[in-house]
Amino acid sequence: MKYLLLKHYRGGPERVVDHGPLEEWRPEEVDAHVGYMRDFARRLEESGEFVGEQALAPGGTFVRYDGEGRPPVTDGPFAETKDLIAGWMMIDVEDEARAHALAAELSAAPGPGGEPLHEWLEVRPVYGAAPTVAD
Amino acid sequence: MPAPVDPQLLRELTPRVLGVLVRRGADFATAEDAVQEALLRAWRRWPDDGTPDDPEAWLVTVAWRCFVDAARSEGARRRREEQVATIPEPGPVAAGDDTLLLHFLCAHPALSPTSAVALTLRAVGGLTTREVAAAYLVPEATMAQRISRAKRTVAEAGLDGPRELATVLRVLYLVFNEGYSGEVDLAAEAIRLTRQLARLTDEPEVHGLLALMLLHHARRASRTRPDGALVPLAEQDRGRWDTAMVAEGVALLQSALARDRLGEYQAQAAIAALHADAPSAEETDWVQVVEWYDELLALTDSPVVRLNRAVAVGEADGAPAGLAALAEVDPSLPRHDAVAAYLHERAGDLAAAARLYTAAARAATSTAERDHLTRQAARLHPHS
Repeated sequence: MKYLLLKHYRGGPERVVDHGPLEEWRPEEVDAHVGYMRDFARRLEESGEFVGEQALAPGGTFVRYDGEGRPPVTDGPFAETKDLIAGWMMIDVEDEARAHALAAELSAAPGPGGEPLHEWLEVRPVYGAAPTVAD
Repeated sequence: MPAPVDPQLLRELTPRVLGVLVRRGADFATAEDAVQEALLRAWRRWPDDGTPDDPEAWLVTVAWRCFVDAARSEGARRRREEQVATIPEPGPVAAGDDTLLLHFLCAHPALSPTSAVALTLRAVGGLTTREVAAAYLVPEATMAQRISRAKRTVAEAGLDGPRELATVLRVLYLVFNEGYSGEVDLAAEAIRLTRQLARLTDEPEVHGLLALMLLHHARRASRTRPDGALVPLAEQDRGRWDTAMVAEGVALLQSALARDRLGEYQAQAAIAALHADAPSAEETDWVQVVEWYDELLALTDSPVVRLNRAVAVGEADGAPAGLAALAEVDPSLPRHDAVAAYLHERAGDLAAAARLYTAAARAATSTAERDHLTRQAARLHPHS
């Protein structure tokens, strides 16, 4: 079963630890954090559970159709949207419990002082194939 | 005279060749790599050299040579670490139950279902890692790791583990249910492997599973519209069912049932056969369908069976009876709301049905189901 782990810049439940923006950490703390994330993805590849991941740049734009022959309407980027997704990782695991365990592991990525961030991650199931034997 | 390689031939031979190597004492993981290498060489050489007179012997020879080379280099590595590697002497080529052995090894209880499925498709089915990865929509590197971990698990567990047909059947059932998701037709592959297994053992449940697959596969053309939308059983164009496949499924089921050792796949196949036998949904022998669900419940006590039974009770004894049966089913099941919606609509409570279809669409686990349930909700929603 595939799950999408979503990392948010903003939004979701209240933060457990206020670790401040990454730009204000010590360089070695940033290295440790980035290294943890990289190792996590590598471990998932080795366990045969990795599907893909991408980080998203913060500056997004809203776009919509505005009628035949007219250029698309754009809005934003917004400095203070309520929810902002920082990146995603797709995993393919045995069950939901495993997806939650992996999300918790990712949430333990080190922050300032090497302490776990306890960051909230959103776990979303991906639709699978419709089973043949259902009726 | 160059001739194309028959992929079916190679796939049929894969488990036999691997079985021979394993039986000669080769460790499972190295042997499986060696067989894949031999298959690659066959793909390269046979088009020019022609298919050998005895393709199995050719593959065994080449795979054994690959295995010995790999074991030697592994041995050299280990000797540097002051350990001794052993290359077993090639023993006699054993009989046809090598394939059966492979089925058991690849469905080893130490493997997770996902790993067992991947390993079975490669080591028994003879698919490449790329094909298995494409079928399950994961990167090839991920599938390669999944398969190689599964092989290590099997190699460590050894050949003397439990040999449970039930886990083998479960793996094949999972492959079948995944259906068709791109370049590899997993349903057809599951049928091929179950057919292969049915030739090796006369356990009635194996034949029951094969019958179940054929009876469902026979309806495939009518199960989806050209745009991919699901068509419920009651609305399927029964003229498009594959009658030859239905006949084969029914015959297999009848001879399995005659052995008088009922199991869950035979009971499921019996239900599928009753549907296949009916000229229309209304003319289905729903009373018998309910009786088979009762048998199935006695065998499995599965909540999903209880849920499907409620639908059948609704058809046999009317929607209120169906709703009464549904009241005994765990409401947290994914398709519970969908069944409740259907029964409420049959009972004439359209408002409740619309509300339940909406809830069901949100609980769906595939886009095809979600879209189908969304259409049902939209159909019942009051439009101005």
